[in-house]
Amino acid sequence: MEDKTSVIREEFKKRIESVKSSEEIEQLRVEYLGKKGHVQGLMGQLKAVPNEEKKAFGQAVNQLKQEIEKLLHETHEKIEKEEEQKLIDSAEDYDVTLPMDLDKGSYHPITVIQREVEEIFRTMGFTIEDFSEIVDDYNCFEALNIPKHHPARDMQDTYYLSSGQLLKTHTSAAQNSIMKKYGAPLRAIFPGRCFRNESTDACHENTFFQMEGIMIDEDISISNLIYFMKTMLSEVFGQDVNVRLRPGFFPFVEPGFELDIQCLICGGDGCPSCKNSGWLELCPCGMIHPNVLKYGGIDAEKYTGFAFGLGLTRLAMMKYGIKDIRVLNSGNLKSLSQFIGK
Amino acid sequence: MFVSMNWIQDFIDLSGLNIEDLIHRFTLSTAEVEDIYYKGEDIKNVVAGQIVSIEKHPDSKKLHLLKVDVGDKVLDIVCGAPNVQLGMMVPVALEGGRVAGGEIKKAVVAGYESYGMCCSESELGISDDHSGLMTIEEDVKPGTDICDIYPVRDIIFEVDNKSLTNRPDLWGHYGIAREFAAITKRPLKEVPVDDAEYNEGEEVPVEIRSEHAYRYSALRIANISKTVSPAAMRIRLYYCGMRGINLLADLTNYIMLELGQPMHAFDGKKVDSIAVGTPAEKGKFVTLDGNEREIDENTLLIYNNDEPVAIAGIMGGLDSEIVGNTDSVVLESANFDGICVRKTSSRLGLRTDASMRYEKILDPEITVTAIRRFVKLLKEVDPDCKVVSKLADKYPKKYPHITLTFDKKYVDRYTGIDISNEMIIETLTDLGFGVNFRDSEFTVDVPTWRATKDVTIKADIIEEITRIYGYDNFKITTTKSPLRPVRAEAVKSEDALIKDLLVNKFNLHEVHSYIWCDGKKYKKLGIEVEENCRILNIPTPENGTIRNSMIPTLLTMVYENKSFGPSFGIFEAGRVVDGYLSNGYCNERRRLGVVLFDKTAAEKDLYFKMLNMLKFIIKDIKHDDGVFAKAANITHSYQHPKNTAEISLDGVKIGEMFTLHPMNNQKIDKNAAIVCAEIDLDSFFALPVKDVQYVDPSKFPAIDYDLSLVLPEGTKYSEIKEAWEKLNIPELTEAKVIDIFSAEGVHSITVRLSFSSPDRTLAMEEIQKHIDAVLSNLAEKDIVLKQ
Repeated sequence: MEDKTSVIREEFKKRIESVKSSEEIEQLRVEYLGKKGHVQGLMGQLKAVPNEEKKAFGQAVNQLKQEIEKLLHETHEKIEKEEEQKLIDSAEDYDVTLPMDLDKGSYHPITVIQREVEEIFRTMGFTIEDFSEIVDDYNCFEALNIPKHHPARDMQDTYYLSSGQLLKTHTSAAQNSIMKKYGAPLRAIFPGRCFRNESTDACHENTFFQMEGIMIDEDISISNLIYFMKTMLSEVFGQDVNVRLRPGFFPFVEPGFELDIQCLICGGDGCPSCKNSGWLELCPCGMIHPNVLKYGGIDAEKYTGFAFGLGLTRLAMMKYGIKDIRVLNSGNLKSLSQFIGK
Repeated sequence: MFVSMNWIQDFIDLSGLNIEDLIHRFTLSTAEVEDIYYKGEDIKNVVAGQIVSIEKHPDSKKLHLLKVDVGDKVLDIVCGAPNVQLGMMVPVALEGGRVAGGEIKKAVVAGYESYGMCCSESELGISDDHSGLMTIEEDVKPGTDICDIYPVRDIIFEVDNKSLTNRPDLWGHYGIAREFAAITKRPLKEVPVDDAEYNEGEEVPVEIRSEHAYRYSALRIANISKTVSPAAMRIRLYYCGMRGINLLADLTNYIMLELGQPMHAFDGKKVDSIAVGTPAEKGKFVTLDGNEREIDENTLLIYNNDEPVAIAGIMGGLDSEIVGNTDSVVLESANFDGICVRKTSSRLGLRTDASMRYEKILDPEITVTAIRRFVKLLKEVDPDCKVVSKLADKYPKKYPHITLTFDKKYVDRYTGIDISNEMIIETLTDLGFGVNFRDSEFTVDVPTWRATKDVTIKADIIEEITRIYGYDNFKITTTKSPLRPVRAEAVKSEDALIKDLLVNKFNLHEVHSYIWCDGKKYKKLGIEVEENCRILNIPTPENGTIRNSMIPTLLTMVYENKSFGPSFGIFEAGRVVDGYLSNGYCNERRRLGVVLFDKTAAEKDLYFKMLNMLKFIIKDIKHDDGVFAKAANITHSYQHPKNTAEISLDGVKIGEMFTLHPMNNQKIDKNAAIVCAEIDLDSFFALPVKDVQYVDPSKFPAIDYDLSLVLPEGTKYSEIKEAWEKLNIPELTEAKVIDIFSAEGVHSITVRLSFSSPDRTLAMEEIQKHIDAVLSNLAEKDIVLKQ
């Protein structure tokens, strides 16, 4: 009896050593453990075994079966691994370092900055308004408390049009219409393109972008203005910004201020970009002049408000380190196509 | 404007205070200081020395060998100055000392040892006179330090003129000193003036013939013997950016810099009566700088016996100028209409220190003070001079006196902080305002020097209080106003969507361009500048027309970017003027311009790329199909007469899409395809966004039926689809073009019609009936099934 199982065992061990694929394993399994396999064949001989040996015979066959199963399983695993490895080895090794032609479009840098800033104001409850580029004398000057012959009209050299209108010299030109449209209380920003009749060089453009904001309500104070400007500019620059106010003259605000931020490059110690002063003049602002509120149909006794202007063109140049302002209106794709983010 | 801290300290005691800190506070409280200059810092060990012996240098025509007594010793000095004289007292830079040029060392000059340097005014940095050695007129001992004789050391700061636009009172040192008084809370001294009666002789006759002359004060002074101003005065003038000329001219400048009041000194021998008015006709006038100026009916002039002697508030005439030898003067201290002066000054292109001040609308109250100050200073220099006339003073136009009232609550509300009553009163008083506080109400009298335009309403008072309080000292708080929901503007969101699609889906580049047509660039591309609204005052008239379309400028940019790549596309969302509105104003429109450029693709393919792009954008944003139809006429000469299409949506024309006229295309690039589109964004934004119409997908199978059709030449798809659209077949759910093919004059198209019903499986016979109807409609247009 022992012999029979031993013969099968030895033979199986020899056979399994030469197995090369999972198909062959399956063949062996059927040949030995299948219904008509060798092990089943031994079990079939059980009837002919004397009763007193039946137990021992049965145990021997069972043990043989278990051994074969184990070997089959181990070999199968080994072969599967080899086969997986073969698949991996046979695959092509791709060159991930190859350059790709992205053919990516680009946003104008002003669009990028404008969207960033608009988003900040949206979260602070500001309406975003659009306004025409061609305006009339009333909107650009008179409604802003800049009467005829006022030197402020000289300060910003204006392009006058044959239609009797003019190209807006500042985004403030929208103040009156927006006040009339919404009334008080009001929070609004209005970005736009402005024009000044001056010759262009690396630092000067006759066509540039500003963004104006106004906030009008009962009891809006200078203290609120400073708080707001600090908060807003910290958001714009993505870091805590120190601000200081100086008196500044603009006919449509009273008091009017020039707002400086502490230089973000040197932290206020003085460096070439802040001309060693530690401060950068960034945006004019002020409490809206009572006359301007009145022109806008708002009760100047009941309401106060502040207004501020941000140079979007200047912000874009600061953010991207653009040294020549003329790049922005050049249409030169070698420059502009670099601004891929929105 | 340059401000001398020495001068300021004539009027306020700043001892014990850090001058730089004060200047910094001036920036924060008053006006921006652009720069600080430390004058005389470079001057060290320069003393008065007396020339006690002069010998000619044996080998040099120019050089002298001097012995100079410098107090404790006598030095040998080789000197090249032409004006050396025995006994002359001159500044001597000693060995180891410094002047602006550098350190002084013992040197051998032309073979002789020299132990120092005799200096000119220019070498000391106190004037630009380098003609010879400076003469020390003052009675000093040899060896006295030059800095103890003259105010060589001074701190000068430069204020940004623009930040003084609104403050006529700050155009003289006295006004600036008043600011320092308020900032430091130290008293401001009065300006020392001559207080004589002037009751000798006759008044200088003054006649005012123009409403633009607000006040004219005049005085005649005679017996003037001195011609050179004292060094200390010249140094101040020089440090503040002016040149010494002669005593009388220097004095008028000095008073202008001190009080802000421009003055003019006419030669007393040449001027005996004054009239202020405008000429009856155009003419010419030679100003004292020697230039001939065109004067017209609006030029305000000063006349002497009907001969013009000065352009009022701007510049005197050459003929009445003070020259060295006069001994009498007619002094003008006047106030003119600032707007009138500014207009004349800008018309003449002649901006002077005087006109710059008048433009700011000066206080007329100060004219007589200025004259009295002039006399005071002149008498100090030239005690023998005599006032020989009564004071003439014509004052036809006075500014109204301004009184403002407000309460503490108003200040609190405006500032958002609590500034005490005492501080309010103190600040305003320091600044020269009259303050009366009674029953919790402030009544404030605005001083004349602030009342010409600067301070007119109570909000102006807030600025006075807060700027001196210091914005740095403000406690800052957020607003109390409640947050309110913000209306989203469709204009904004759709504008953003369009840009996002163009950049991210279609890989175009956004550009910005100018609102006017660039005539030269257009010409290069054969594009005419079309008649439109013009800019009247643009320096380059060929760019004076406002664009009526986005496309031409975009084409110039395409042209300039040809080297960027074989294919690219650009777009701009901007504004154009499309004719005029009924009130004559410009019809300003928001427009989107898109131009595709491709050297590798066929024009036809690029055309359909654009078509696809525009349809996609319209569908994506408005959930609706844009309708494209061949345009009957072109609107611009650069458009292709055949391939120009009108785009409409909801029956409204929203734009055009076109290829270029071949002539223009060739000028840009002979081998490139170019396709343009322009959308009127105002029209587009105004159209509604369609709701999505949801339909449950049918549970029953759809049946596709392909029709391969042969078309007559020139058949448009719009004609084909009519065949089934006019049948209104409810079961026809979709029509799709599968294939388009043209060869050997045969044009064919394969269309797939899909049929389905929500409630049943369609029978083939039913569909065949529809197909037959479609085919019969097609047959009317000679469109037949392909065999």
